[in-house]
Amino acid sequence: MSNSSSEQTQQDQSPVRTVDVSAVLADKTAATDAFASCIDIENLNLFYSKDKQALKDINLSIPKQRVTAFIGPSGCGKSSLLRCFNRMNDLVDDCIIEGSVGIDGINIYQKSIDVADLRRRVGMVFQKPNPFPKSIYENVAYGLRIQGINSKRVLDEAVEKSLKAAALWDEVKDRLNDSALGMSGGQQQRLVIARTIAVEPEVLLLDEPASALDPISTLKIEELINELKTDYTIVIVTHNMQQAARVSDFTAFMYMGDMVEFDATDTIFTNPREKQTEDYITGRYG
Amino acid sequence: MNTNLSKWMRAGTPWVWLNAGAVAISIVMVIGLLMLLTVRGMSHFWPRDVIQANYSPPSSSGEFLSTQVIGEFVESEMVLASQIASSGIPVDESQGLYERQLIKLGNRDLTGADFTWVLSDFVKDVEYPENVVALERREWGNFYGNLLVVKEEGNSTSFSGDSETRDESRWIDFNRRLQRALDIREEIYVIEKQEIGQINYRMERLRLRERRLQLDGEDTPEALAEIENSRIELDAQYDVLQIELVELYETVNRDSAVFLASNQQQTEIDFAGIVRAYRPNQMSFFAKIATYFSKLGEFMADEPREANTEGGIFPAIFGTVMMVMLMSVFVTPFGVVAAVYLREYARQGFVTRAIRIAVNNLAGVPSIVYGVFGLGFFIYIIGAEVDQLFYPEALPAPTFGTPGLLWASLTLALLTVPVVIVATEEGLARIPRSVREGSLALGATKFETLWRVVLPMASPAMMTGLILAVARAAGEVAPLMLVGVVKLAPSLPLDGNYPYLHLEQKFMHLGFHIYDVGFQSPNIEAARPLVFATALLLVLVIAGLNLTAVALRNHLREKYKALDV
Repeated sequence: MSNSSSEQTQQDQSPVRTVDVSAVLADKTAATDAFASCIDIENLNLFYSKDKQALKDINLSIPKQRVTAFIGPSGCGKSSLLRCFNRMNDLVDDCIIEGSVGIDGINIYQKSIDVADLRRRVGMVFQKPNPFPKSIYENVAYGLRIQGINSKRVLDEAVEKSLKAAALWDEVKDRLNDSALGMSGGQQQRLVIARTIAVEPEVLLLDEPASALDPISTLKIEELINELKTDYTIVIVTHNMQQAARVSDFTAFMYMGDMVEFDATDTIFTNPREKQTEDYITGRYG
Repeated sequence: MNTNLSKWMRAGTPWVWLNAGAVAISIVMVIGLLMLLTVRGMSHFWPRDVIQANYSPPSSSGEFLSTQVIGEFVESEMVLASQIASSGIPVDESQGLYERQLIKLGNRDLTGADFTWVLSDFVKDVEYPENVVALERREWGNFYGNLLVVKEEGNSTSFSGDSETRDESRWIDFNRRLQRALDIREEIYVIEKQEIGQINYRMERLRLRERRLQLDGEDTPEALAEIENSRIELDAQYDVLQIELVELYETVNRDSAVFLASNQQQTEIDFAGIVRAYRPNQMSFFAKIATYFSKLGEFMADEPREANTEGGIFPAIFGTVMMVMLMSVFVTPFGVVAAVYLREYARQGFVTRAIRIAVNNLAGVPSIVYGVFGLGFFIYIIGAEVDQLFYPEALPAPTFGTPGLLWASLTLALLTVPVVIVATEEGLARIPRSVREGSLALGATKFETLWRVVLPMASPAMMTGLILAVARAAGEVAPLMLVGVVKLAPSLPLDGNYPYLHLEQKFMHLGFHIYDVGFQSPNIEAARPLVFATALLLVLVIAGLNLTAVALRNHLREKYKALDV
């Protein structure tokens, strides 16, 4: 067990954390609560309409500064759950949410929460790259400009730092003023990640970030996720189980709006507790 | 054979032909319209040869009355002999059809009418005399005749040499004097229109200021004295100009010329009354082209004369463009804001659907209804209120309480706002949801997302709306007749007098000009080519305005290229 876990974390750049994770994973019961939790979901129900319940009584604690993957068949509620963390579901008419989602101990569904500020702290990258029809520079600076930062020096610095963090700087540093729409899909997706981390969020939500990309771009995104997890709590929704296995520390399997199983990735993939999980992972359905 | 036919049908070939045919017919109609306008309108400015002939139609008394005809051939047509006979000319009715020609005689002051129909069969001795002169005059229309004598202060000038060189040097002398008269006319124009106009304008403002002070109870002796001083100053300036003007009038009236018109009538014409003189029968092709463009330039750049049947239409072009631009300034923000509310903020439901239907129906309301609304609401209610509040000194003469540029622009803005709303809404609906979410996910509020991402991306759609609005507004005439367009506006709505843009002024408009020249003109034959020329120009102005907007839209489209969905 610990063998395969160290294999899985070998991609990890930090040797300290490799030890850390394998130590924790050695004790399966401590797997999810041995870390300080970042997102605490309690009794979460989500209805898109009266008779259409997308999430059923979800309880979950997502650990800080780890990569957590949500897997499950289409329509199981992974994305809906992800979009609860930055209240993107508010944009859906007639969407009703019950229960609470705590981020750093504060329920984000309280009345007093400033949604715009919440979304700055909880960044999100979508399935399809969605750069703005602006220059590369302006795309990355967008979030900062929204916060009223217009100093050229600060922006220049932030843009460079974010593009470097997104492993895009070397490719675009000579054409920062070109339109972002002229980039390849993979570059666009990394630009979107750069744009998201430019506002220094605490949590990064990735909604199938590589599903529209070719294998090489996918690989780059996965490498990027590995690098970013030292600084951010990352939650990734993916259809691709190999991807979940490669990039995540923890995996949650969802089915029909239920949270079936949540555990260390190795446990889920090698020794799942539930029959449903095993069936899905071994490809018996889904 | 049968299978071939069914194959042909199944392949959709007839359908393709039907489509192509419809397109071809549309194109032919548009090109035909433009060609008609161009040919009928633009040929008017060509300096045509002047014919001289004897015309002796039979008369009921049996004798042949011969008259000399000097003028330009305009057109010819075939008429029934019986029709001619019933009009009192006893022609041989067995011939069936007669050809008749329309000749532009000019010389309205001598003959009473400047066009005449002649029957080709009775026109004899047609010639194109070398020396016949065509004059364009400020009054009484064109003149055709031979130059006899040039007079300076009533005394004839004489030239030496044989008759041919004398004629030639007289013509040269004539042109020199004409140029001098034109230069003086130009000076007079500047003084009358601009300098004295400015003084009058300032005097009027002084009067209004004095009245204002009286109304406000602030008419202290000092203030009144100050106004009186300015008035005395302006009066002094006016007197100086007046003296200058009288002198100029004397000098401009120094020269005159005696012409021999048709039927040996001699007439004396002042140089001051001549706009242009040329000898068409002597002119080379290139000289004619030069004259053509000079006349065309005058048409585009000058003010109208003679109840709009002569001169140019510049004030109408200016008024049209000005009004359309003002309308765009009003309609775009208004339509965009309304569309943003309807699409982005209002809760989608029965009410928004009803509003949308109402907006679409507004576009179908006959435009004259908007004219009535503009007159009743903008002018009589808002305009009158504005006058009470801001221009009480001018009352009872209305300032904004009367048709004018502002109200015309607003009325047309109201007329075209549905188009802008619909186009903008469609543009907003096309912005991908993912881009909005991308912005929101970065911590932007809905307003910031709209302002920084969605609206710029929707701007090409707004421009499309504006293009449609401009196309509709520029061609609209009916409502304008109620809210601000006039036959002849004394000054342009934009000039050098503070506050430069005179929104309350009435203005001229190409569309109304067409109606006025075509149907309200005392001289239909003279006006007809101008109707075509003005119509062509209206089409060109609208096309120009549209192309500008299209170019702007393409630029925006390139800039905010939508993501490939």
